[in-house]
Amino acid sequence: MSEPSLAIRKFSDLANPTRFLALVALLWPWMAGLTLCLFAFGLYLSFATLGDYQQGETVRIMYIHVPAAWLSMMCYSVMAVSALGTLVWRHPLADVSAKAAAPLGACFTLIALITGSLWGKPMWGTWWVWDARLTSVFVLFLMYLGLIALNRAMADDPTRAAKVGAVLILVGFVNIPIIKFSVEWWNTLHQPASVVRLDGPTIDPEFLRPLMVMAVAFTLFFFTLHVLAMRNEILRRRISVLRRHAARAVGREGSDA
Amino acid sequence: MIPLLLRDIRLSVRAGGGALIGVLFFMTVVAVIPFGVGPDLNLLSRIGPAILWIGALLAALLGLDRLFQAEREDGSLDLLLMQETPLVLTVLVKCLAHWIATGLPLVIAAPLLGLFMNMDEVAIGATTLTLLAGTPAITFIGAAGAAIAVALPRGGLLVSILVLPLAIPVLIFGVSAVHAAIEDPAPFLPPFLILVAINLFFAVIGPVAAAAALRLSSD
Repeated sequence: MSEPSLAIRKFSDLANPTRFLALVALLWPWMAGLTLCLFAFGLYLSFATLGDYQQGETVRIMYIHVPAAWLSMMCYSVMAVSALGTLVWRHPLADVSAKAAAPLGACFTLIALITGSLWGKPMWGTWWVWDARLTSVFVLFLMYLGLIALNRAMADDPTRAAKVGAVLILVGFVNIPIIKFSVEWWNTLHQPASVVRLDGPTIDPEFLRPLMVMAVAFTLFFFTLHVLAMRNEILRRRISVLRRHAARAVGREGSDA
Repeated sequence: MIPLLLRDIRLSVRAGGGALIGVLFFMTVVAVIPFGVGPDLNLLSRIGPAILWIGALLAALLGLDRLFQAEREDGSLDLLLMQETPLVLTVLVKCLAHWIATGLPLVIAAPLLGLFMNMDEVAIGATTLTLLAGTPAITFIGAAGAAIAVALPRGGLLVSILVLPLAIPVLIFGVSAVHAAIEDPAPFLPPFLILVAINLFFAVIGPVAAAAALRLSSD
């Protein structure tokens, strides 16, 4: 019993934005440095390993593409946890976290789509295939953009935008498995596999090693960007509060004079 | 609950003919398609079910932003929030009323538009049946979007953007059930039953999410 209560106390300490900012200021150079080192190592491995005997050099796209696709899904999970934090525990930083994660998720999804497209052109002979996986990632991208649009539309009231957005995030999170399943159903009905897929053979350790390093690097990269975006969001909100106070003070002086 | 249902239906039929505008939009969308793809009857009969479904989906989305907006503007939304009946139930009834006023006319208009698309009897029947089973799901999940966007001054377009990705499964299973009915080898029931299941599932999460969003945006 003592372990969880301690954890909760520690976690609730983070609810204080000032304490969170101090922690971020302490942590982010380390996270950024580690990310850089991992990226250097991972990119070195990516280019030092052999090319595939069928795909040649283009297989190296995988080292960017797969981690980005993985993060596009992890980011939505982070947002769903944050949404729960907003609605259930009313954690003051949870809405900041969800808001900061949405553009990052959209970026990683876009990277996954673009690199997949670039990979598809030499391998499949086309930029885009209405394949089940591509389609569901594209739908995920649309959902990210919708969330960003919602946040922007309610920019003057960030707390309410966060609460309402949290509901939407959770509805989307429940729906993602259904969308994935239905898209797979749709694909098998409309379009028999016309494209030779890569996922037949199990992946060789030669490719797995750089992929894993790149995946860890991408994950760390995401968290670095995420805490920095959260810091910026907190500072932005403080500035807007200060501005409002300043405007009110000026108005009061004007009425006194 | 019955008075609320009747009131909502009456309001949406009376006020500006919102229900009829949905059907009109549906007909216009379907009528525009042949100008885009050409008057080839074979092609039209092949893509007809999909056209009807997309038209119905867009027409169902069109009126969604008014689901809670009018109540918010005249203040009766606060009364609904303060009622002793659970808000989820109120939202469910409002969804039903909205569907009867805007979704059901689409279903009724579908056979006529199917004739325009040169579809045969089986295809028309299957399309009408799947629309009957599928359009409530769009209304339910759309209610969540409408509740989320209710506080926005120009929420209409945003509701469509938020709801359309979530409505993709409904479209997929609706159209694939129709295709299964037309083409013999594929069985009709599995996709149709999944469509019904999605409908029931959305009937739960849609009102729950909409009620939560309404409460959160009201304070």
